[in-house]
Amino acid sequence: MTTHAEEFAVEVSNLRKRYGDVTAVDGVDLAIRKGEVFGILGPNGAGKSTTVEILQGNRSRDAGEVSVLGADPASATRAWRSRVGIVWQDESAPAELTVRETVRHFARYYPSPRNPEEVIALVGLGEKADSRIKALSGGQRRRLDVALGVIGGPELLLLDEPTTGFDPAARRQFWELIRRLADEGTTIVLTTHYLEEAETLAHRLAVIARGRVVAEGEPAALRERYGTEATVEWTEADGTPRSERTATPTRTVAELMTRFDGEIPGLKVGRPSLEDVYLRLTGQTDGARTDEVEEGRR
Amino acid sequence: MSATVSAGTRAEAPAGRLPGTWSIGLSRGALEIRQFFRLREQVVFTFAFPVVFLFLFASIFSDDLRDAGITASQLYVPAMMAAGIMSTSFQSLGISIAIERDEKVLRRLRGTPMPPAAYFLGKIWLVLVTGLLETAILLTVGTTLYDVDLPSSATKWFDFGWIFVLGLTACALLGIAISSVPKSGRSATSVVVLPFLVLQFISGVYISVDTIPEWMLNIGALFPLKWMCQGLRGVFLPESAKVLEQTGSWEFGRIALVLGAWCVGGLVLCLLTFRWKTRRDG
Repeated sequence: MTTHAEEFAVEVSNLRKRYGDVTAVDGVDLAIRKGEVFGILGPNGAGKSTTVEILQGNRSRDAGEVSVLGADPASATRAWRSRVGIVWQDESAPAELTVRETVRHFARYYPSPRNPEEVIALVGLGEKADSRIKALSGGQRRRLDVALGVIGGPELLLLDEPTTGFDPAARRQFWELIRRLADEGTTIVLTTHYLEEAETLAHRLAVIARGRVVAEGEPAALRERYGTEATVEWTEADGTPRSERTATPTRTVAELMTRFDGEIPGLKVGRPSLEDVYLRLTGQTDGARTDEVEEGRR
Repeated sequence: MSATVSAGTRAEAPAGRLPGTWSIGLSRGALEIRQFFRLREQVVFTFAFPVVFLFLFASIFSDDLRDAGITASQLYVPAMMAAGIMSTSFQSLGISIAIERDEKVLRRLRGTPMPPAAYFLGKIWLVLVTGLLETAILLTVGTTLYDVDLPSSATKWFDFGWIFVLGLTACALLGIAISSVPKSGRSATSVVVLPFLVLQFISGVYISVDTIPEWMLNIGALFPLKWMCQGLRGVFLPESAKVLEQTGSWEFGRIALVLGAWCVGGLVLCLLTFRWKTRRDG
């Protein structure tokens, strides 16, 4: 991957999109390297889907520069579309056709498609190849969607909330599939509002809230950078539970030790999980109010 | 999830050429036809509808038409054939494309390198096959039950051929165009069926052209159906029946002109108004 460090599959600067009075995307910058799995994480309505749809060439933008595989998706050509695979948020494939018929048919749209049988096996639908699509379960349909997304052998795969509505087992299988595609060298961009998913799959991720990127980096680095504060919890002598967020937990504990003269009742020192970081980041635009709510809950 | 596929199985040959519109159109046509015939209910009702109407009208109205040398039943055979062509093209495309748009089938296709024209080509293939079948069924019923003869000369067969192709194409394009009107797939049937029904009344399908008020007939004459009915009467009815026509002749030249114009106009309309996404998808 280092050899491609200079090459970006996706470059976005100052992207903006409004729907009437609502600003969905408010100045997003992204730089996604080739071969990378990049997660766009954010709560519902944060602007993830709009951003990805603009990258797909399926939605117009109001302002900003966008380059996907070296071209502007707003003027997508057939050749460009053949290099970009899309897995939509809500899919519908022709219900009356079988998995095999559908995958084979979509392969005909592309200049150098992958082998349909291999793709069917890759997504784990080998045993369902001759089933009508209407007979598939939700998770199986989603895998068919991925099959149709990768049948053209795309350099870049864009997935919009691919595992929404999955049960945990199906989600894990799906992650396995995404990893396999990533190992083959496909650049993958996926949006999700599942933190665990972003942390498991993405090499790097951008946290989006209210149309802006509020944090970007490797999941571990994000935790490091935004989650330096630990939480110290204890119970006062009168039984009141207390907690304190601090960058210097050792000192806090030392102070408490002095105060309690020995054992501190109910002592708990916690490093923030990525989830804590995420919640704080996406609530950040609300400023202190969210923090107060969180404090109050403790 | 058992097979492992290495990077080596990927096409690493220099990027192949994009497949042509015509060949993708053919394979879309095959797919559309396969999908259509797998929906048994849809197949039965699509084909049965005009046959049932032909049976009803031609059996209820069977009097001899004085001066014209034909029976009312004979008049209904070409009329229902024209309506059948329009129902397999205009009505079925208008409804099915609206549903496909609503279900985001179209948006998905737009995200692939499939050329848009290949989608339309596929629909035309579907309509050609279903239209031909519908026409053959109505013709069989007409010749066996209602005393209509197959075209007697090569010229008549030729006229039959171009009226079928031009009429079907014009109606198919109009169907594709009207599919953009309904806001959702659910409202598509009502939006498409009403204008089709009205046109059938004022174009001489249900009611003979010599009983329709002149002004209504003139409105009908703006659309293809009236001319398809007239042309098919010219193909299947004896010369003596000309007296029933508005101008006392079959007007084949004019029919070709109007239907041809609708093919061109319909294509322009489709290209200008066709939407791959519903309005709420932006």
